[in-house]
Amino acid sequence: MSAEQDQILEQVTSNEYKYGFYTDIEMETLPKGLNEDIIRRLSAKKNEPEFMLEYRLKAFRHWQTMKMPGWAHLKLPEINYQDIIYYAAPKRKVSLSNLDEVDPELLATFAKLGIPLEEQKHLAGVAVDAVMDSVSVKTTFRETLAELGIIFCSFSDAVQEHPDLIKKYMGSVVPYTDNYFACLNSAVFSDGSFCYIPRGVRCPMELSTYFRINAFNTGQFERTLIVAEDDSYVSYLEGCTAPQRDENQLHAAIVEIVAMENAEVKYSTVQNWYPGNKDGIGGIYNFVTKRGICKGDNSKISWTQVETGSAITWKYPSCILKGDNTTGEFYSVAVTNNYQQADTGSKMIHIGKNSRSTIISKGISAGKGQNSYRGLVKVLKNADNSRNYTQCDSLLLGDQCGAHTFPYLEVDNDGAIIEHEATTSKIGEDQIFYCNQRGIDTETAISLIINGYAKEVLNKLPMEFAVEAQKLLQISLEGSVG
Amino acid sequence: MLEIQNLHVAIEGKEILKGINLKVNTGEVHAIMGPNGSGKSTLASVLAGREEFEVTEGSVKYMGENLLELAPEDRARKGIFLGFQYPVEIPGVSMVNFMKTALNEKRKFNGLEPISASDFLKLMREKKEIVEIASSLTNRSVNEGFSGGEKKKNEIFQMALLEPRLSILDETDSGLDIDALRIVANGVNKLRNKENAIIVITHYQRLLEYIIPDHVHVLYKGKIVRSSGKELALELEEKGYDWLKEEAETQ
Repeated sequence: MSAEQDQILEQVTSNEYKYGFYTDIEMETLPKGLNEDIIRRLSAKKNEPEFMLEYRLKAFRHWQTMKMPGWAHLKLPEINYQDIIYYAAPKRKVSLSNLDEVDPELLATFAKLGIPLEEQKHLAGVAVDAVMDSVSVKTTFRETLAELGIIFCSFSDAVQEHPDLIKKYMGSVVPYTDNYFACLNSAVFSDGSFCYIPRGVRCPMELSTYFRINAFNTGQFERTLIVAEDDSYVSYLEGCTAPQRDENQLHAAIVEIVAMENAEVKYSTVQNWYPGNKDGIGGIYNFVTKRGICKGDNSKISWTQVETGSAITWKYPSCILKGDNTTGEFYSVAVTNNYQQADTGSKMIHIGKNSRSTIISKGISAGKGQNSYRGLVKVLKNADNSRNYTQCDSLLLGDQCGAHTFPYLEVDNDGAIIEHEATTSKIGEDQIFYCNQRGIDTETAISLIINGYAKEVLNKLPMEFAVEAQKLLQISLEGSVG
Repeated sequence: MLEIQNLHVAIEGKEILKGINLKVNTGEVHAIMGPNGSGKSTLASVLAGREEFEVTEGSVKYMGENLLELAPEDRARKGIFLGFQYPVEIPGVSMVNFMKTALNEKRKFNGLEPISASDFLKLMREKKEIVEIASSLTNRSVNEGFSGGEKKKNEIFQMALLEPRLSILDETDSGLDIDALRIVANGVNKLRNKENAIIVITHYQRLLEYIIPDHVHVLYKGKIVRSSGKELALELEEKGYDWLKEEAETQ
């Protein structure tokens, strides 16, 4: 089966994609621009049921009444939404005759992200759903998972095969009215992943989605929906990359998680969208709404993210702690180098009694990068004995970058205990020289210091992801000191 | 082992060392004394390879090689150790990880395989005894939250692990109480042998009661104004630096 997975991934990804530049691969696209007609055609292309089209149109109409939010600590250029292609799908008819045609850069990219292409990764057993541009290209291990009653498939397939579940849960955590980018996504989302863990099932392998923007001028709007029924468990990984281009590209995604009683969902992201070049040209605009609801008592949702890519990141993975004794966690390392900007953090909404949340945010700024932590801890009136611990650290490399912290606390329950700690530190020449003097060269010294700093978060990642994330941190910060 | 000739060093255009001559042979301990601002720490930094100092004239030979051409990490790998006056904190990086990385970099440089985890732990245990440091210290992040005394002991502990040829101890005695001073000095004495050399930089004679130097030099305004045997330290303790200053000024 692993050979099969290997083959599938290699075929699909190599066949219809060349790294770094636009090729003459035949694409099926809709014209540029956004209007009701485009949405109808998009929906028709995907052969969607009526309720889906309705949902899209409602979202689109609402979106037209909204304005792009300006509160983030970001320099946002004007985005021309009429200049974006909202649907692009590779025509998958070319068959790969020679595996040597696989672009080594692409394989290297996969390897960096921990995408299971090599033999040892198969042994670890990671099921993958790869989404390229607008469509999910292939989901692996689907049959094995199905034996346990687990549904893991592309969002489009889920719409066709499990419309009831989609109807029930889509938009239940992030309604289309939620925010500008979520609303846009709800109107034009092309594909994504769907995952359903039935009652009492512990998913035996890591589930993984791999997102890639490939086509030119194309926006990527995917959505992920994870539903974990009572007493279930799943660990979910997400990786993203995009080729180098001088133009900015838009990515606006939604991730929704529903955790029922005693369920636990771990969601890990290694985000490595193209960050733009040294002079700040190009890169992905990454506007993502990620939210989970701990609906049932004793449920737990844990977000772990390593954000090294994108020209602009706007992202606040959040937990609504609705049930009693629920737990929400957010562990984040966000890197901004060169001209990258990140405004990221978390929201923890305490509704249930004895709900607990932890936020550990580690920002690393280098070059002219601007890194902001923005976090909301909200405790509602009935959330007795709720607790939050927030730790928010910033690390600066060099003297032209910035780190900013915007914590918001809204507490309506006297019994709640909220802690917030924040530090800002700098990788000093002194630290590097100290390492040098012990025989450690500068590059090794920086990675030692960075990994030491980010350790608490990296430790939360699944093993093989953690190793890749460490390397990624090192690559992202190469040449940023000294 | 080390031969400094007519060394002139400036920082931001200001000359700090104005023609240092010093020869250190294997097996010797040299003490460099002098009042504040005389250039003692600058000398230590230049030998270790700190970049902000500019060598404007002169040469430094180490084991027959031009030391000034080597990167700081290569100097370290070739056996130069600087005991810092103000050891730097590195949060999140455990002492174990730090020292293992350092030792393995040195081993790699010398064409050796990385040390195994168990051998390294054994080595750590052994070396910890030299400076009587608590086991828990090595599980903590590098120098983070260490007391002044712990930091200095930690420097000597690192020296013990890396087994340098030439150690430069920059005011290792500053900020130490008498017990810690004794422990640190004993540690240094245990590491002293015929194969290595040590340069001890200090204000006070006190440290030299424990670490008996073969030679004592007085640095004043960027020059070595006097070199002599260990008795010079006692003389300085008694008379202070003023008489040497006067002597230097009139010259």
